Amino acid sequence: MIRYAYIIPFLPLLSFFVNIAVGKRLPRKGDWLCLGTIAVALAMSIGIFYEVFRAYDPNFRYHIVFPWITVGSRALLNTGILIDNVTAVMLLVVTIVSTLVHLFSIGYMHGDPRYNRFFAYLSIFSFSMLGLVLAESFLFIYIFWELVGLSSYLLIGFWFEKKSASDAGKKAFIVNRVGDFGFLIGILIIYATCGVLGYDQVFLAIGEGKLSGTLLTLAGIGVFCGAIGKSAQFPLHVWLPDAMEGPTPVSALIHAATMVAAGVYLVGRVYPMFTPDAFLFIACFGLITLFLTASIALAQNDIKKVLAYSTCSQLGYMIMGLGVGGYTAGLAHLTTHAAFKACLFLGSGSVIHAVHSQDIQEMGGLRKKMPITFVTFLIATLAISGVPGFSGFYSKDMILGAALEFGMKSGNPLHMVFFIGALFTAGLTAFYMFRLVILTFFGAPKDHHKYDHAHESPASMWVPLVVLAGLSFSFWYSGWFGTLVQKPKSVANLAGISAPAKAATMEHAAVMAPAPQGEAVPVKEGELDASRGSAPGTGEHGQAPSHGTSAPAGHGADAEHDAHIAHTAHTYAMYSSVAVGTLGIFLAFVVYSFGWINPDRVANAVKPLYKFLQNKWYFDELYEATIINGSKALSRGLAWFDMHVVDGLVNLTAQIGVFVSFLVGKFDDYVVDGAVNGLASATTGSGSLLGRLQTGKLYHYVFVLAGGALIIFLIKAF
Amino acid sequence: MTLDKLLIIAAALFCCGLYTVMTRRNAVAVLMGVELILNATNINFVAFSFFLTRVMGGQIFAVFVIVLAAAEAAVALAIFLRMFSTTGTVEVDAADQLKG
Repeated sequence: MIRYAYIIPFLPLLSFFVNIAVGKRLPRKGDWLCLGTIAVALAMSIGIFYEVFRAYDPNFRYHIVFPWITVGSRALLNTGILIDNVTAVMLLVVTIVSTLVHLFSIGYMHGDPRYNRFFAYLSIFSFSMLGLVLAESFLFIYIFWELVGLSSYLLIGFWFEKKSASDAGKKAFIVNRVGDFGFLIGILIIYATCGVLGYDQVFLAIGEGKLSGTLLTLAGIGVFCGAIGKSAQFPLHVWLPDAMEGPTPVSALIHAATMVAAGVYLVGRVYPMFTPDAFLFIACFGLITLFLTASIALAQNDIKKVLAYSTCSQLGYMIMGLGVGGYTAGLAHLTTHAAFKACLFLGSGSVIHAVHSQDIQEMGGLRKKMPITFVTFLIATLAISGVPGFSGFYSKDMILGAALEFGMKSGNPLHMVFFIGALFTAGLTAFYMFRLVILTFFGAPKDHHKYDHAHESPASMWVPLVVLAGLSFSFWYSGWFGTLVQKPKSVANLAGISAPAKAATMEHAAVMAPAPQGEAVPVKEGELDASRGSAPGTGEHGQAPSHGTSAPAGHGADAEHDAHIAHTAHTYAMYSSVAVGTLGIFLAFVVYSFGWINPDRVANAVKPLYKFLQNKWYFDELYEATIINGSKALSRGLAWFDMHVVDGLVNLTAQIGVFVSFLVGKFDDYVVDGAVNGLASATTGSGSLLGRLQTGKLYHYVFVLAGGALIIFLIKAF
Repeated sequence: MTLDKLLIIAAALFCCGLYTVMTRRNAVAVLMGVELILNATNINFVAFSFFLTRVMGGQIFAVFVIVLAAAEAAVALAIFLRMFSTTGTVEVDAADQLKG
């Protein structure tokens, strides 16, 4: 099966071409074709996953390369596919969610005038996403990266008659371009230094030291910029909530489960090339995003907006998890999040379909009317809140554990902020998600007309919900995931470091700084900034190594010690996250269900803060005021320059041309024509003058004749 | 009788002819003036020949001129007849239709 993996992306591509061309004339407008191809892709993905799973090898790799562009006998650019455990899991995630969303869309988009085009767009999205997952080089991941950006644009702006939708599409595309530019710069740095683009080749080249130090950090940050854009991380998170203008299945597929996870996948894919600096950078952005967007989600009343901000926040968790060294944790959260967030989004779609409103203040009591939607939504909410037994608990707990471990090992108290921030936000997550559930499904209906109108959605809509809710339990993931998806060895900064120290570094994502003698000593993460600036060999700057790892002799004990720390960290993280999650859920019930605390009074008490959150930290306004108005002012300035200086020059040239032409015209009129006319008038004038001699009188002629003869005679005579 | 006297006579005759040609309007009178000029020329031919050479070239040339003059008179008078029949006059001033 795995030998045919390259076929998978082409299946949706086929249905895209068919549906965009003749979809309107197909029976049922061709939805069966798109659903069928993606279902085949799903079946093949399951087959591949089965093969990979049966091998049960953490180092499983299937890698084929074809030359794509060859110059002479040398392959300049390669294409191919790379399947390891992460790829197999991602393939499964993408195809499962995509298939279910196709199924859901049959009900949700029923009767839309551009029904076939919607399915065509879903297909091209699936094609791009599968291509992105299977890509084996930076070049190809970038190509598919842009393709998913395109399909995201097409789908967000699907109802382009609505100005807000077409604006949101443009915003998503343009904001993503900002991140993609960083990605491109990262790729160019890699290509300029290493001369290759395949992941393996690049890692090999970095291992050989072709790209190292600050430039490697910059390349890593550049590539991460792509993830910032696509995964909606601070400061480019603003597009994702607006993207909710798209149809809800799109939100579930692209803006919850798959495309936004592409950034996380990318970071995981190129994990070995990140330097500790780059990791710190990544973790900081993840932390900022997860807290910032969760706080915004607290004050939103649009069901999809809450979910959108929650998605940003969860993506922040994944990014931070990867940044603090929790490779498995970040990718596990990516996988579990795809299932429960898709379930939440499709559930919200089902609710919106039923009540024709997105405002949770107009809902309430829907659990009786929509029992299936309610139960599945509740399961997914429990999962995202991190309740034990559900998938979110499994993965989020791993991230918290990794963050705490990172904080404890780094020895820098500041680095505990990753754990504390993430833990606090876990409580916020539980609170706002249960606020959403309570306001939507519990209590008394607030709008009776809408309530009476509400009904359970058709089977094509609730079947996907049930499947996704079923995937929100932790037993699907625990065990094998941690075994199969293991942190790859870092290739950065390792030249000239002895083997045991290397292994230790791998394990802790600790920083290596060459000691004066060239002997390797692991240094604390926190001292990174200090040691980075100093050239290798000036060890005084490198600071004393932390927790007993000063000499290779102490290494064995150190590993044991670290394992102990890791164990402690994960235990503490688990207890604290359960406690905080429960507290959040409890608070949500206290405020919104039992009514012990009136939310409006709380909101009034901290009105400025509430306003601040409701207005999304004024990010849009900030960007409007700075970047957008700045660009506009710049454009106006350039337009002025264009109008007055450039046009002025052009007009001046024109004026000069006109003036010269005028002069030439005058010269032509007076000199050239004058010469011609003068010749003519001279001829006529002389003609008429000489004509007078010709009198016709015979005696005149004779007189002249005689006179002439006389003159000749006189001349001869004298 | 000397060459000088003959040349003076010829010149006088030539001047008479020239005067006639310049002053008379009547075509026949003009033709008569032309005859006078021709005859002045004949006198010169014969005089130079008689006084300056031993051959008869001048005299022979004079005979040719007389013949030519007769032919000329015949042609000219024929033209005058045609002119008279078209214009009704033989005034030379009337014959200016070719004037540009």
